[in-house]
Amino acid sequence: MGTQGCRFGVVVFPGSNCEQDVISALRHLGLEASYVWHQDTDLSGYDALVLPGGFSYGDYLRCGAVARFSPVMEEVVRFAGAGRPVIGICNGFQVLTEARLLPGALIRNRRLKFICAPVPLRVEKSVCTWLDLPEGTVLTLPINHNEGNYTCDDHTLAELVEGGQVVLRYCLPDGTRPPGGCAPNGSLDDIAGICNAAGNVFGLMPHPERAVDGISGCTDGAGFFSAVVASAREVVGR
Amino acid sequence: MRHYQIHVTAKKGIFDPAGTTAQHALENLGYDGVRGVKIGKLIELAADDSVTADEVAQMCARLLANPVIEDFDIKEA
Amino acid sequence: MTNDTHIPAPVSDDVKTLSAELAEPLAAELGLSPKEYEGVVATQGRLPSLTELYVYSLMWSEHCSYKHSKKQLRAFSSTGKHVLQGPGENAGVISVGDGWAVAFKMESHNHPSAIEPFQGAATGVGGIVRDIFTMGARPVAILDSLRFGTLDKPRQRYLFDGSVAGIGAYGNCLGVPTVGGEVYFDAAYEGNCLINAMAIGLMREEELTRAVGSGPGNHVVLIGSSTGRDGIGGASVLASQEFDEAAEDKRPAVQVGDPFEEKLLIEVCLELLKAGKLVALGDLGAAGLTSSASEMASRGGVGIDIDVRKIPQREDGMQPFEIMVSESQERMLAVVAPEDLDEVARRCARWGVACSPIGRITDTGRFVVRDSDLPAGLDIVADMPAEMLASSAPEYDPAMSRPSWLDELHEHPLDFVYATAAGGNSGGDDGGVGDGGVDDATDGAGAPFNAALRALLTSPNICSRAWIWRQYDHQVQNNTVVLPGADAAVLRIGDTGRGEVGTRGIAASTDCNGRYCYLDPWTGAQIALAEGMRNLACVGAEPAAITDCLNFGNPEKPEVFYCFSQAVEGLASACRHFGIPVISGNVSFYNESFGNAIYPTPTVGIVGIIEDIAKVATSSFKQAGDTIILVGETLDELGGSEYLCVTHGLVAGRPPSLDLKLEGDVQAAVREAVRAGLLESAHDCSEGGLAIALAECCVQGGIGAAVVLDDGLPQVSSLFAESQSRIVVSVADAGVEPFIDLLVAHAVPYSVIGETGGDRLVVEGALNMPLERMRALYEDTLEDLVTRR
Repeated sequence: MGTQGCRFGVVVFPGSNCEQDVISALRHLGLEASYVWHQDTDLSGYDALVLPGGFSYGDYLRCGAVARFSPVMEEVVRFAGAGRPVIGICNGFQVLTEARLLPGALIRNRRLKFICAPVPLRVEKSVCTWLDLPEGTVLTLPINHNEGNYTCDDHTLAELVEGGQVVLRYCLPDGTRPPGGCAPNGSLDDIAGICNAAGNVFGLMPHPERAVDGISGCTDGAGFFSAVVASAREVVGR
Repeated sequence: MRHYQIHVTAKKGIFDPAGTTAQHALENLGYDGVRGVKIGKLIELAADDSVTADEVAQMCARLLANPVIEDFDIKEA
Repeated sequence: MTNDTHIPAPVSDDVKTLSAELAEPLAAELGLSPKEYEGVVATQGRLPSLTELYVYSLMWSEHCSYKHSKKQLRAFSSTGKHVLQGPGENAGVISVGDGWAVAFKMESHNHPSAIEPFQGAATGVGGIVRDIFTMGARPVAILDSLRFGTLDKPRQRYLFDGSVAGIGAYGNCLGVPTVGGEVYFDAAYEGNCLINAMAIGLMREEELTRAVGSGPGNHVVLIGSSTGRDGIGGASVLASQEFDEAAEDKRPAVQVGDPFEEKLLIEVCLELLKAGKLVALGDLGAAGLTSSASEMASRGGVGIDIDVRKIPQREDGMQPFEIMVSESQERMLAVVAPEDLDEVARRCARWGVACSPIGRITDTGRFVVRDSDLPAGLDIVADMPAEMLASSAPEYDPAMSRPSWLDELHEHPLDFVYATAAGGNSGGDDGGVGDGGVDDATDGAGAPFNAALRALLTSPNICSRAWIWRQYDHQVQNNTVVLPGADAAVLRIGDTGRGEVGTRGIAASTDCNGRYCYLDPWTGAQIALAEGMRNLACVGAEPAAITDCLNFGNPEKPEVFYCFSQAVEGLASACRHFGIPVISGNVSFYNESFGNAIYPTPTVGIVGIIEDIAKVATSSFKQAGDTIILVGETLDELGGSEYLCVTHGLVAGRPPSLDLKLEGDVQAAVREAVRAGLLESAHDCSEGGLAIALAECCVQGGIGAAVVLDDGLPQVSSLFAESQSRIVVSVADAGVEPFIDLLVAHAVPYSVIGETGGDRLVVEGALNMPLERMRALYEDTLEDLVTRR
């Protein structure tokens, strides 16, 4: 697939620490990518945005709470509002919820411990434009977080489920989910990733960029970035 | 100068892992009567007199607390 | 500091000196001996001022001056083909090929962690990481070597849990992966836990930077956090309570870390270095500004003149001496040419990092401290000869005597072990363990050592460390080739950000069995090096250099110092044998409580080079039908073993012997085989002996094994002796012949002991245990122990 016309911007907040991993994964996939400084306010050069993982502003007040007020975020909100693709990975997901681009919030892991481990994930049927994989596909991706425990009120959960906004759920290696749930962090309804109603804004706790070049023994993350190229071009073409 | 104490706690119905863990730990230490532990945070804010109470409430709603998961309570000390 | 050309000359006469009546008792309180105090007066040529006395007491403290260990440490060789920078800088640096260089160092943070484990361990990581990027290298890995008392004690669980959380919190936030390390639990560490943190950084060779001040007229700039009263006395000098009765609450002993600030410091400092905007860079560690400023001046043979009031302060009313000795974290000291000052300030502001010019480099060779709140002409509060201050600390030759316990321990009879071990003859029972034979039925018959295996698999010193490293982000930066839990960590090197990734890698490991060192410090220290090198051989890496962290008790006790001296000599001689330079390190003395010293613990951190990361081996068995070969030879050596400790509660005997020649040959053969792709797996035999090595290969690979041992030794020794220079490998059919040829060529003893496959580990006539059972015991133990109420 050609990549011309789809330029990824990777937003760097003070304290981001996965921006280089994302850039290197995108370039490994042959995609064009460059950094966007948190004080930049011109996103006209980009077709898709990545909010990477890390500890923006040290995660000191709440994860993502301070980054959400960075100058770039106003433009990110506008970018997302125009239907352009935005993905938030880990801390980026937290920033997206703080910015209310995605509903709910991410609180401390149930057992109060940071978790770094590969986990099985089930692709759900969703409206998400970032992922073009059949429902029920089981992927393995690493998670690395202390606050990945997704929560929201019942009404929001019902909306997410009905609107096809639940994109990824934690599952057992065979793709099933036990009745009591199996999210290692205690996430509501085993939710690992959600999108907005339009499907262009996607937040997830797992790190697809760490499973692209195969160093971890897994390449399941590759599909997360390639799939959006087509849809990004579509938006641009409109 | 005014001094405010802002208590931020988990909203009712939102799981509070730290509180739950502390409660279990207290039970394990033999304190049988404990019926609930909620862990939040205390923010001490000093502001000029010109800063209104409304503005302090706004600060809480916009940044200091996340209304999706947290309640806040402002007291002037 | 507005006039660029004005270089203030020292005005020594105007310094307000203390009276002898005040200075002498204060010197004693600050830990200076009467003789050392005389040295201060002699160096100054007059009585010292208050600030000067504090500065000397810190610079001449054990922590900064190594006054008790300096002579011994000269035994280490720090030169070699890879070495770009040896000891004496913030970290050592080696060349690893293709123009890449690696900086690394290990350092202790034992005392702070014993008081507040989370912050103690976190700031330990912060300090060692600063040492790395100070050299111009981007930090790429952290390893941690930890020691605690036994986990049946609540306080030990608290220390362990808190330290792990602190290491994770700091490293994770920095975005530097924690990729390896080790932990041991032993009552010997109950009063003094050990937190040794090692950091590794990567740079291009030409990016190597040194903390050498130069260029009189250049600005001295403090970058990073503000300065508070935290950590005053952390470098062990201010043991006194009396020097300021009301000050206790103002002087928390443990610093609080801010990993966010440090992350920004990494980025801004590396950016400034790359842009060529810094003449020199140093970090503020133990003894704070005092140490970094005087060392920077003395290394460059220049003077330094600073004004404490230009330093951003966290609290009001700080005295000059408090500012000079503060150990507030996340601060860097840079030397900047006048024409670059604006650019440095601009780049710092962009990252939101404070940047304050606090003084100038001078050509006077004097370390001058001013307080500009004082009237002009009376503003100098300290004026010291920089070179003398940093290098003329006293040097001691402590008395030593061979501890009487060594002979007692060596002569302790161990014969009873064979008798009791042979006593059990059915599944689930052997002498001394008696955990009830719960699974006689499932373990299978003809397995008299099953109970011992269970006991060892659930020993906190052996069981899986996954509970620990799951709390560390070990993958950030996306270069971790071999995950924690293996013999050694393996990292890809290259500029991944620019998409430039080669095949080259490095491997790293930390090692020390304190129990061996207690039984024989000379051999124990040699084994620490040998095991580290062996761990590298197992992944196919060529050892390049080591750093060490020498943890001991009170050096003023002759028995402790004997052990120190023996360990250093043993380690140094083994290093010389293998041609391994010691490029950095740290000594931590006074690890004692209630008069009891820890086990001598000379921890070795080793880094090796891998030419092709596609050709590394890991320890897990890969598939059924592979031949299992034991490289090396088992001897009848149960002294100091984990078996002896777990089944008999006994720490005695002699540690395993070490034949350096054999060790080198075993490593060379296995390394060559890994590089040639001949091996499916390779795993070092260490604590728990061959039985545990086999169990780990099985559990990690999810594949069983059938093994026959006919080494002519008592079964208990075949299984559990911790003989050195042994590696268990599995080899696919096609590799067996060439591998054996290789072993023969290297004249290395070996035995073909079995085959992989099935869902049990069966050692004929000795062990028979289902994989699932071993996995549960091995994997769940640590978490169960930590969380048990």
